[in-house]
Amino acid sequence: MLDSILFYFFAGVAVLSAALMVTRRNAIHSAVFLITALMATAGIFLQLRAEFLFVAQIIIYVGGIMVLFIFVIMLVRLDVAIHQIRFRMQKWVAGLVALALALEVTVILLLARRLPGQGLLIQGSAPADKLPPNSEELAKSLFSSYLLPFEIASVLLLVAMVGAVVMAKNKKRTNES
Amino acid sequence: MSPTTHAILNFVVTWWVELVCGVVIVAVVPLIAGYVVLVERKLMADMQARLGPMRVGPHGLLQPIADAVKLLIKEDIVPDNADALIFWFAPVVSMTAALTSMGALAFGPAFQVARDINVGILFVIGVSSLGFLGIILGGWASNSHYSIIGAIRSTAQLVSYETAGGLAIVCALLLSGTLKIRAIVDVQQHDGVWFVFLAPVAFFTYLVASIAETNRAPFDLPEAESELVAGYMTEYSGFRWALYFLGEYSNMIVVASVATTLFLGGWLRPFPNVHWLNWLDFLPALLIVLVGVYCIHRAGKQPVPVQTWFMWAVALACFAVAAIFIAPWIFAPLKFIVPGLNGAFWFLLKVSAYIYIFMWLRFTLPRYRFDQLMHLGWYILIPLAIVNVFAVGVAMLLESEFGWNRWLALIVTTVFTLAVAFFLVYSHDKRTAAASSATVDTTDSYAG
Repeated sequence: MLDSILFYFFAGVAVLSAALMVTRRNAIHSAVFLITALMATAGIFLQLRAEFLFVAQIIIYVGGIMVLFIFVIMLVRLDVAIHQIRFRMQKWVAGLVALALALEVTVILLLARRLPGQGLLIQGSAPADKLPPNSEELAKSLFSSYLLPFEIASVLLLVAMVGAVVMAKNKKRTNES
Repeated sequence: MSPTTHAILNFVVTWWVELVCGVVIVAVVPLIAGYVVLVERKLMADMQARLGPMRVGPHGLLQPIADAVKLLIKEDIVPDNADALIFWFAPVVSMTAALTSMGALAFGPAFQVARDINVGILFVIGVSSLGFLGIILGGWASNSHYSIIGAIRSTAQLVSYETAGGLAIVCALLLSGTLKIRAIVDVQQHDGVWFVFLAPVAFFTYLVASIAETNRAPFDLPEAESELVAGYMTEYSGFRWALYFLGEYSNMIVVASVATTLFLGGWLRPFPNVHWLNWLDFLPALLIVLVGVYCIHRAGKQPVPVQTWFMWAVALACFAVAAIFIAPWIFAPLKFIVPGLNGAFWFLLKVSAYIYIFMWLRFTLPRYRFDQLMHLGWYILIPLAIVNVFAVGVAMLLESEFGWNRWLALIVTTVFTLAVAFFLVYSHDKRTAAASSATVDTTDSYAG
């Protein structure tokens, strides 16, 4: 009862703010609605007893990435950028992507209905309060069975970071000369 | 009974402790924050050889309440070109983030609002960092240059120093091996030593980073009066301004509590496992009685009769609190409240000491310039914090795999970290000296 109320509350907030995020003209308003959508998703994670994912979502997305988003939005003059031609193409690209995504979701849902007991349905899941603390479980699987993908991802992030620093440095040098 | 009322009743029966504690936090923390402001003003006055607020109540004891009433009835001005909606809710975001993060803190073995969640310390850090969204949005919504520069400065500062602070916290988490708040304190009790002695560099890094994260002097660049009027709060007045202020001071209490839990042994008294020091359990009651006696001593010297009576009232209140502390020793069945009460006392004492250090630094050190702040963060603190995480990890490996003595391992790695710190400071000094002698325009793009 309470669980379903909470779920529909979080889901409703997430969907509504996602819709508002896309339709707002003002970039900062969009960012604010993106934050509420992310927070509502974090709430759903918490309801699934994925408390580590919940905290990671808040720290990384809301506390880190969104702060940088807003930072950039405040520094860039979006009212100028919005009139540039290359942003106009976005409407068609976005429409195509949305269509592809909708198809994908439909196919998954249909498949899940076709194959009872498979696909999206999880059978024999442990009761929520008997689950082991999932930060420990996550660490165990990340550092044992999924060590290689984890290391590859961290190397990728490191390369991206070094690349960003190099690009920023190059620009500064050309400005000075 | 309909299913809906049944569900609501069930909810209340299951969660009533958490609900009551939540209400208590929302009701009491603003009051505490108000008195922290009073203590700060009094301390500042003392260090500058003044008296500070003296008019409202004896020694200005009612000043926070007068300030709160003044702020409540002040006109709430919204600038014409402000983005009204965001302008309205930005201070609320700041305040809510600080108060919510308090929910997961444990103020003693018996005082914790939320149940001991598995990711307690991460929850506190993550949610309290959301307060910055309030600052950024408020600064942007004000549509004023001072505000937006203050907001941008605070973002840059947050991003720089949260990294260093987070890495410092990682050291303590490495030593404790858990994210649960109570378990962290239990590990410190089991080991018989506070983590501040095991990882002093991490504690220092966290101290500096937490000052920067709460926007306090010497890192209060986002609201530097001489440059930015009041930074992101410039356009705010009345109660919304008070909400920002409360958020800031609640945030101070949060970072102090995190530092106390992680590094200063939480609610443990000094030497919790040494039995001949058990008389320390009487210290809380004794200290409170001493405060009461001091109030009676001062009561006779008050200039106005009202103030004399008030001093007596404060003294009586102290004695009443002391009586609660002493009662279990006389009336044995109440013995079960002793650990809770003493724990809360020690926890609050450590938090107060930490906040006192904040204030002391504020009145002692001059404000940094913005590029100096950035250099300190990126060139010194973050590399130092990374090296320190590495060093603590190596020390733990030496202990567990090679059978080294714990203290030997930690002393060796701490000395190594300190050497790195000296090298960083030295090379940075050399670099800045070279830059200033070359007279290149080294304007920092972050500087507002």
